[in-house]
Amino acid sequence: MTKMKMICTACPMGCSITATVDDNENIVNITGQNCGRGVAYARAEVANPARSFHSTLRVADGDLPMVSVKTTAPVPKNTLMDCAQATRGMIAKAPIAVGDVLLSDIAGTGVDLVATTRVTANG
Amino acid sequence: MEYDVIVIGGGPAGMAAALKAQENGAARVLILERETFLGGILMQCIHTGFGLHYFKEELSGPEFAHRFIEKIEANPAIEVKLDTMVLDVQPGESHQVIAVNKADGLMQLNAKAIVLAMGCRERPRGALNIAGARPAGVLSAGTAQKYVNMDGYLPGREVVILGSGDIGLIMARRMTFEGAKVKMVCELMPYSGGLTRNIVQCLNDFDIPLKLSTTVIDIHGSDRVTGVTIAQVDDNRRPIPGTEEHVPCDLLLLSVGLIPENELSRAAGVQIDPITGGAQVNEACETEIPGIFACGNVLHVHDLVDYVALEAEVAGTAAAQYCKTSSNTNGDYINTQGENGVRYVVPQRVNKRAQQPVSLYFRVGQVYADATVQVRAGDTVLASERRARITPGEMEHLVVNPEQLAGIEELIVEVVV
Repeated sequence: MTKMKMICTACPMGCSITATVDDNENIVNITGQNCGRGVAYARAEVANPARSFHSTLRVADGDLPMVSVKTTAPVPKNTLMDCAQATRGMIAKAPIAVGDVLLSDIAGTGVDLVATTRVTANG
Repeated sequence: MEYDVIVIGGGPAGMAAALKAQENGAARVLILERETFLGGILMQCIHTGFGLHYFKEELSGPEFAHRFIEKIEANPAIEVKLDTMVLDVQPGESHQVIAVNKADGLMQLNAKAIVLAMGCRERPRGALNIAGARPAGVLSAGTAQKYVNMDGYLPGREVVILGSGDIGLIMARRMTFEGAKVKMVCELMPYSGGLTRNIVQCLNDFDIPLKLSTTVIDIHGSDRVTGVTIAQVDDNRRPIPGTEEHVPCDLLLLSVGLIPENELSRAAGVQIDPITGGAQVNEACETEIPGIFACGNVLHVHDLVDYVALEAEVAGTAAAQYCKTSSNTNGDYINTQGENGVRYVVPQRVNKRAQQPVSLYFRVGQVYADATVQVRAGDTVLASERRARITPGEMEHLVVNPEQLAGIEELIVEVVV
């Protein structure tokens, strides 16, 4: 049995929730929440905590030095630093449109990294 | 040059106002923007969480801006001058704007209506009176955000952040992704000024400690920051002797509040609300100078860009209307007032003959759990909503309908515990 402590982000209340998980990773108890959304949040955080990843990449031959990027879907929380590592040193070539895929399957997550800024080619 | 509407500032407020002004009949609209691109501060806010109310989907800052930029570019009635600094606004029969850029030189522009949409800037170190040396490596969080996200520089490797506003929290995560070690976030108040979501996803996810009731009392280093001294504070926010702790670092980020950028407004004679730091306006975002409107963070600091855009659309619509009638002011006003925990209310006055539902935006001065916010005229409650939690970091709003305004003399917005 392990106890996982978390703060619910479903609303500004920020309930401190404790989920008790047995050795087979089944939730046996959830306490501290004030509503059903807290239960759903705790279940998701135990089963598959996921977060959006966003960063910037260097640009070659563009009117801006950097292009902002995001993942098209949340990635597992424990892969965030791997995603950051994967984008380090990357150079994207202008022109770039919003939504262009700049890196497929980032850090083996199966999720793509897309541009969120438009960059025009120099010249 | 004679325009119908000149919008000063090409961020989300300016773009939303310009589009609405054109849509409502302003034939010639001009946006003046001092940066080399439209979008304003959104362009460096690369994280997601924008647009949930306005677009009903979660976007990054640049994506939110891009949707407006594309509309502006596709609209031949809206002219944009980038890299242009506005020097002066002179109210008159026809309002005059003095601006300068490299291509046009010094320009004297005239407009029937002006929309002020200059946004806000960060409270600097000088406003905090932190003792110590003046080394390099003390930046506002937004400056660091620009260095990292727009310019591609990492301004430090070992970071202490003072202030737990959202920009500071966002930068804690951002610096971590870029390989810096964020040692802690210190917050003077006993609660964070940031969104819960940001505390969880920017600090807790990376085991970055949030030290509440703690501040920086000394900055060390001669050429470059070498460390800071932090201390816990008492109920009166005074450092408690004996709690000092030295923290080595090469970067101190300040995320300690935003100030509407109203130098132009003040010089033009616009009345400023001492609490919001922005113009005093009516329900159409019109200042006390007829034909001069203000919206977005230059009017009052918002928590979400969605509300900036919605407010700017009110201002843009009213500016277009003013071009047609030369007057939406008829002098018959109800004043608004914040009481019992409400620090301020925008708009400061509401026309008795308002045609549309009026949104009253306000902020509270402390954290409340399980409370009601309400609008009252005398003993009559006009609007009321229960809140599980209210914090100073979140902007609240209530809506009053035009038919409720008949025969009342003041609108009180308050918290009922």
